[in-house]
Amino acid sequence: MTDALIIILSSLGAIFILLAAVGFLRMPDTYLRISVTTKAVTLGVGLILVSAAIYFDDLSVTSRVLAIILFIILTAPVGAHLIGRASYFLGVKMWDKSVMDELEGKYKKFSHKLDSGDDLRDDEEKEEKEKD
Amino acid sequence: MTVEEYLYYIILPILAVSVLLVFCRFVIGPKIADRVVALDLLITVGITIIAVYSIVYDQSTFLDIALILGLIAFLSTVAFSYYLEKRNKTKLEEEKRKQKP
Repeated sequence: MTDALIIILSSLGAIFILLAAVGFLRMPDTYLRISVTTKAVTLGVGLILVSAAIYFDDLSVTSRVLAIILFIILTAPVGAHLIGRASYFLGVKMWDKSVMDELEGKYKKFSHKLDSGDDLRDDEEKEEKEKD
Repeated sequence: MTVEEYLYYIILPILAVSVLLVFCRFVIGPKIADRVVALDLLITVGITIIAVYSIVYDQSTFLDIALILGLIAFLSTVAFSYYLEKRNKTKLEEEKRKQKP
């Protein structure tokens, strides 16, 4: 019974990771690639780690596995957001067929603050102009 | 076929192929952000390979290393994105300073 469970869980996890790797290679755009890696790989890693926990059937191993899964689930979105934000500031282009870029012109150029208003100059620039 | 054999002959090759695919993107990657994400992904797939190895060789201690690798992957992504953003900012400020006088 546990053998069947381990085989099913680990196969599912491996398939998810393989699909994520294929998608990571084939996707046309940095942002799409980031979105692939965060979701599918997190699920695949979680499934294979759960199968390890079932195999050992030990409290210390299970707690370790739970810690790893929790940590990956918490950190994957944060890391993806940070690297996506950095690549947006670096000026990485979106895919040609992307419909729209809702963030266009909403980040201040130097302070990187988000602002929906029309005035996109930075506060420092404004202060300098007022001094002049 | 026991569980260990199944994992050794079927799951590990699948994971190895996916590592190769990610490594292709790591080599091609047109932008540096792609390479950072590929590095993160390589470490994450490495965690699963360690988990599978710990089942195959019946050594639960390997999972500690997987935990530490997870920590390092997150830290490296955060550090890379922080410094990429900072480098971009200093570049922009230098251009601005050149334009002024």
